[in-house]
This record gives sequence, C-alpha cells and structure tokens, in this order.
Amino acid sequence: MSAGSPIDADPTRGISRRSFLSAGAALGGGLFLEAHFSGLAFAQAQAAAPPPPFMPTVQAFVRIAPDGLVTITAKNPEIGQGIRTSLPMLIAEELDAEWASVRVVQADSNPALYGRQYAGGSTATPTNYDPLRRVGAAARAMLIQAAAETWNVPVAECDTVPGMVRHAGSGRTLAYGALATKAATLPARTLESVKLKDPSSFRIVGQPIADVDTDTIIHGRPIFGIDLTLPGMKYAVYEKCPVFAGTCVSANLDEIKALPGVIDAFILEAIGRPEQVLGAPDFGPQGLQSGVAIVADTWWAANKARRSLKAVWNEGPTAAMGTASFDRQAAAMLQAPPAKTLRKDGDVDAALAASARTLDVTYSYPFIAHAPLEPQNCTAHWQNGKLEIWSSTQNPETGRQLTARILDIPPADITIHMLRAGGGFGRRLANDYLLETAAIARRSGVPVKVLWTREDDMRHDLYRPAGYHRFVGGVDAAGKATAWKAHFATFGVGERIAPSADLSPTEYPAGLFANFELGYSLIQFGMPTGSLRAPRSNALAWVMQCFVDEMAHLAGVDPLEFHLSLLGEPRRVMSPDGRPVFDTGRMRNVLTAVAEKAEWGSRTLPPRSGLGIAHWFSHQGYFAQVVEARVEDDGRVQPVKVWCVGDVGSQIINPSGAEKQVQGAVLDGLAQALGQKIVFENGRVTQGNFGDFPLLRMRDAPPVEAHFLRTDNPPTGLGEPSLPPTPPALCNAIFKATGVRVRTLPIDPTLLKKTT
Amino acid sequence: MALTLKINGRERRVEAEPDTPLLWVLRDELDLKGTKFGCGAAFCGACTVHINGTPARSCQIPVSLVSAGEVTTIEGMESDEVGRRVQAAWRKVDVMQCGYCQAGQILAATALLTRTPKPTDEQIDQAMNGNLCRCGTYHRIRTAIKEAAGMSAGDKTGTPS
Repeated sequence: MSAGSPIDADPTRGISRRSFLSAGAALGGGLFLEAHFSGLAFAQAQAAAPPPPFMPTVQAFVRIAPDGLVTITAKNPEIGQGIRTSLPMLIAEELDAEWASVRVVQADSNPALYGRQYAGGSTATPTNYDPLRRVGAAARAMLIQAAAETWNVPVAECDTVPGMVRHAGSGRTLAYGALATKAATLPARTLESVKLKDPSSFRIVGQPIADVDTDTIIHGRPIFGIDLTLPGMKYAVYEKCPVFAGTCVSANLDEIKALPGVIDAFILEAIGRPEQVLGAPDFGPQGLQSGVAIVADTWWAANKARRSLKAVWNEGPTAAMGTASFDRQAAAMLQAPPAKTLRKDGDVDAALAASARTLDVTYSYPFIAHAPLEPQNCTAHWQNGKLEIWSSTQNPETGRQLTARILDIPPADITIHMLRAGGGFGRRLANDYLLETAAIARRSGVPVKVLWTREDDMRHDLYRPAGYHRFVGGVDAAGKATAWKAHFATFGVGERIAPSADLSPTEYPAGLFANFELGYSLIQFGMPTGSLRAPRSNALAWVMQCFVDEMAHLAGVDPLEFHLSLLGEPRRVMSPDGRPVFDTGRMRNVLTAVAEKAEWGSRTLPPRSGLGIAHWFSHQGYFAQVVEARVEDDGRVQPVKVWCVGDVGSQIINPSGAEKQVQGAVLDGLAQALGQKIVFENGRVTQGNFGDFPLLRMRDAPPVEAHFLRTDNPPTGLGEPSLPPTPPALCNAIFKATGVRVRTLPIDPTLLKKTT
Repeated sequence: MALTLKINGRERRVEAEPDTPLLWVLRDELDLKGTKFGCGAAFCGACTVHINGTPARSCQIPVSLVSAGEVTTIEGMESDEVGRRVQAAWRKVDVMQCGYCQAGQILAATALLTRTPKPTDEQIDQAMNGNLCRCGTYHRIRTAIKEAAGMSAGDKTGTPS
C-alpha cells in the first residue's frame, strides 16, 4: 500500500482484513515508517457503544533521526487532560524508546492521517490505546529487522533494550539512530500480527510522567491559542447581541472607524436560521451569529473601541425568556404527569401504594458556564482563496466542516493548526469563535486574531442546561427499595430536546427497580446549551444519587448498604432492547473500596461534620466517592477531604496525569455545587466574570485521594467520569452534618445556618 | 506615547496609549506571551507579574503608571534564584493541567517564598488565594511550594515570618 492510499475507515470491517507496514526514505536519512492498519478490532467487551476503529499511518507518528532523537506526533487536541503526554507514551513504550530521547510534536488537523482528533467524551484512551501501541511496535520491528540484516543474524535472535537493538548471542548493540536510515529502506510487511509487549514489562506506560509541555509553560514560552502571532497580524473583537441569536440592525461604524488604532469596523449578517445559530446537538452553533467586528492594530484598541459602539439590535424572541419564568413553568409541569414517557417497568403506582414508606420531592439545578481560563480566541488568515486557521479548538474537523459550509469554502482549502488550549471542559467542542474568526479574516484579508473578553466568554457560552426533577420513591418494611417514579422537566425547542438536556431511558437507576417509571416535559427556550465535562452525568448523578441517599435514610439503612442492595448481585444491567448498560459488580467494588479508604461507618466526626457517599458510571468509567464536609455555624460549607476510587480498566497510562484528572474533576464538581449558576433575564446572562461566577480557590480546595482498581477490562478515559459523584457525595455529607437536604444547586448557605 | 520600561532587567522602549494595561504591552508590543489574560478584572491572577518584587495584576495597571518600576515576568523567573527553585519544583511535582494559570501561580509563589522562605499552610492560602486554577491543581501547587521551600509535603506549620 502506498503512502497516498486512502484509509479505510469502515468500522464494520474487522481485524480479518490485512494490515500493512511499509517504509520509505525520510528527509535527512531518518527512519520514515509508514503503516496502514486496514482495520483493528478492539477488545470492547464494555457496555457502552465501542468507539470507531482508528487506522493510523505510522509515518505520521514516528520519526527517528540519526542522532537518536525520536519525534512522536501527538494527534489530539490538548486541553489540560494530558493527552499530548499519554498517547505518545503508548508509542514510545512499544517502540522501546528512552522517554528522555522523545520529542513530541503536535499534529495539524488531518483526519486522513490521524483519525479522529477530538477532545470529548473521554474517548481518546479507548480509541487509541491499541492502535498507537501497534504504531510503536511496528517501528520497533523495523529497527530489529534492520539490525538483524546488518549483523546477518536471524531476527528472532534480536531484541531491544531502551533505545537500541541487541543481539542476544553476541551481545552486540546498535542504537536506533544508527539503524534509522537502513530501516527506512525495508519493504512493507503485514502489521496486524505485530507483537505487543506484555503490560507487565511496561516501563514508560504506568510510570508517572510529567506533562511534555512543562518546560515551555514554566518559562512562559508561547504555546496556547492566544499566544500565536503572525507577521502583519491585526486584532479583532466581535460584539454580538446580548440576547442569543439576536441580530445587528445598524451601528455607528463610521464613528468607530475614526477611533485611534481602529482599522475597520463592519457588521456581519447572520448566516443560518436562529435555531441553527443557537446550536445543534453535540457540536454547537451551525450558523454564524450576527455582530459587529472591530479590527485594530492592537487588541486593546479594538476592545476599547467597543465602549463607543452604539449598535441597534433585533433581539428576537429569546428576549422574553428568563430563569424566573423557567422555574415557574417547571414547577407547574412537575405537578402534572409528564408530556412523554421514556420508560415504564412493572407497576409503579401499585408498588408505591404497597410501600411501607414513600417520599415525593423535587430537585433543581441551574445552567452553568464552562469558563475555561483562556477566553475563546482564534487566528485566521485568508489568502489566495485559502483559509489558514490556528486554534485551541477541541474539535478541529467539525470546525473545518462548519466553516466550509457556512462560508462556502471547499474543506480542502481550509487548514487548521491545533494549539494547546487553556482549558476546554467541552466549551471548545463548539466552533462558534472559530467560524467568527474565519468570517472576519475573510473580510479583512490580513491575518486576524479574534479574542473574546471574559464577559464575552461567559455571556456567549453553550451552557450546561438547567433541569428540574420530581421523584417519588418507595421502600418496604425491610428497608428495600420498591419503586422509582421520576418526571424530568427539561429544555427544548419544539419537540427537540436541547443539547445535553436529554436523559437516556437506561440511565441509573433504570434497570435496578422492578417498578420504574420515567417521563419528561419540555420547557421551550432559546438559549444555546452544550457539553460540559461529563455532560448530563454532571447533573443527573447529583439528583439520582442524592435521592437514593434520601431513600436510604427513609428506609433507615446505611447509604452504603442501601447502594449495594440496590445494585444487587454482580451482573450486567441490560437495556430493554438487550444491550449491556453497566456492570454492577465493578460499581460494587469501587463503592466498597472507597468506603474502606474513608473509614466509612467507623469514624467519629466533630459536630456539623459528615461523610457523604455517591457513585456514578459514565464514559465507561466506574467511580465512587466519599466527601467529608463541615458546615460552619453561618452555613458556609467547607469540604474537608474527598476519597475517590475509580475503575477504568487494566491500565493507568500515566498515573501522575490520572491523579490530576481526578483531583481536577472533583474540585470542578465542588465548585459547581458550591457556587456556580448562570441566570437569564430578558434573554441575557446576568453573570459576567469570576466575581459572580466563582471558581474554587485554593483555600476552599480540599485534599483529594485518588485510587484506581486495576481490573481485567480495556483501558478507558479519565477526563470526565470522576466528576459526577462529587456534587451528590458533598450534599449527602451536608445532610449528615446538618440534617438539611440540599435539593437546589448551587448550595444556599442561608438554609444551612445553625439553629439554636 | 513613547515609554521606557524596565522589564526582566532590560530597558525596553515601547509605543503605547497611556491607558493601555501593562498586560497588553507585555503581550502584544513586547511579545512576552507568558503573562496571560484571564478575566481583565483582577479576579483570576493569570496576568500576575512582579513590580519591584511585589505581585501585581498587570491587566489593571495602565502602562503609564509603571514608569520606573522594575517589572519581572514569567520569562524573567529563570534569572531569579527563588523563581528557578519554584520552576524546578513545578516540574518535579508535575503541577500543571492545562497550564494557562501557571505563570501567574509561579509568580505568586515566588513572591511568597522570597518574603517567607518557610510558609505555613495559612500563609500559602493567603498568598495564592487570588490565583485561580480552573483545572484544580491547587493540591500540587501547595506541594510544589513546599518542595521549593525545602519542606516536606506534610509540613503544615512552616516558620511564620
């Protein structure tokens, strides 16, 4: 297969098809390996849908210079999840390289070479674990063959030690750098049978490895999207209607253009219908939002000119909408039966009637913003009919397709360079800012960097949707759960549920109750919503795991015991159509382990302190947490410590990175529960900066213990699944500490004051 | 207007409107991209620099008011004995996640350790509380500060000064 062969990405084709490795001469005489995987089966024994197979060309990933420097390409967007470190570790491991000899370079967006380049859904580990190991193993096999031919000995007598090939019989060695040129001349070979290491012999994977960009960042060298500079580059801001999908009617452009440093000011008309501009499931806006662009010599001049901008907006129907009205509509909806039934098992009403005790309560949580610390920005240059883009997007290919469609540019004429992102959390899965930049750059004809302010970022996000849940639960005289009836008031447009505002009929605790009923009703709205770290789960875990805790107390049973009893025997919970949903045994094990770590049930705590427990399965990961919290007399909540146990399969690729992901996700969950909400009034966001949308600060950040159970399951991702148990474990701890149930987020300290 | 600033021990001449915050002069005029823009309102500390050794929010200081002050940025930390130790500790502890706030964190930590070589946990909280980390690296920041101070990670008492 030649270098230019199209890659067969048909996921229905399995490992029976042949895979190839070929090699050709590289520039500078280095090794230039090229492999085509025509199909790789993944040991996806897991419940969730298997990710699509990824078929890399090794040529795109490994380069070895004569001096021994190994250059490994990082394929995915780096947003702080550590993927630029962990995926190259897989290649280096199987290549048997010295990690100190490895240099990591970032790929451009190029799905033909790199497969899916996407930072979302905690999918990078499960989709890349096997293919990238094979890339490294293929390179190693080529080097062994080159050495065997040099020495004129059988390949089978040769092995590698880090960075070199060794001949067992004679003890001779040749460094990879010395073999690179010869290896590059070797013919193609099949790859599917490339021998992978036994994980017990791993010496890079499984070791704590510092982020590969550490030196760049601690010295302040440019690396993030916002840091990019091009010769002749100008700066732009883009003022949009404060009401979502509102359009610009007119603006005092001449006045703006006369301001110091301003080069140009112009209105961009909306492209697409308002609902397209607001966004579609998963990937955000599918149209261009109207606004006023101001292009200037410096960003400060451009942004300062906004103060003089007088724009007339057509605000549209969203201007009549707000959070107070949503709250009222939800309260009314939840008094009536759901508009739609999602699932019905057994006879809930009969089971509730026969229950010894029942409980009927309502939970609600707010919209929240992503607030990555690097505000949205992008740089683009339109030149000779081609568009070049530099962006810290989490989702470059979707950005290319969107830009091509909306601006009518062939996708092949759009190049996207991927830069490190100062946080993502799902915000940069949407490419609204990238599309705006492309539109402004095409109009300007010079390289343009568009940078949002913090307020732009907070007021033009795609929010984690708010939600309202009414639960009726029952327990019998023996303390067992009998029935679960739930009504979810969520958001949509017409019949369509908004992005991330849906609820699967298989979501916990579906399948664990013989008598179960779940329905929903839709509140009509006109705000953009999207994926926030552990989308859906970040809110659903809170309501479900808090209500289960309430049922445990209703039953007079310890919450841990109640959880284990509800999960039942180790087994796979199946969906109504026969698909595995999750494994109760794996969840029981993390629950039991975390209880042991936190000394659940065996510690005496000070007054107004408590332990809370919760668990959640998402993104193929099993996580349980215990939070210890203290509630001050004035109602202020202080998380004291968090214990977390996760099961993400057989291998933790980078234990240092893994611990960071867990610690970060837990603190993220605490921050959400303790203080974050976005409130809409007249279709506008009332918050604007970190003064009214608080992030957790050091003083409030408790220590987080992260532990992993190594199980005989394929390795899965860690960016998200450790977040969902945190808010419920915290609120369950608050109940233990105070006897007060938190049923609305964020937590309101005035409800938790000590009563005398 | 034309200004002469002292940045990382060097005199730099710049042309900027007097109300331009120091942050934007550093980033866009002097191409010192290490100092970051996070909020523009002194909430997050991503733009922290030292002015005469004291941590300051460069997004809030008009460049015309910096005048004779000696400005040190993350790019100048390597020339600072404490700054070098802090950088080494950040590397050893593998602090960063996205890394965007870390220049500000390193500047804040360096100012703390210059003033208070063996800080207590309370002093660390106080010195670092203005620097947000959206990724939640606080635990490792604390560990790295103690590492740079030559204290054990479990040492919560320090030597108050």
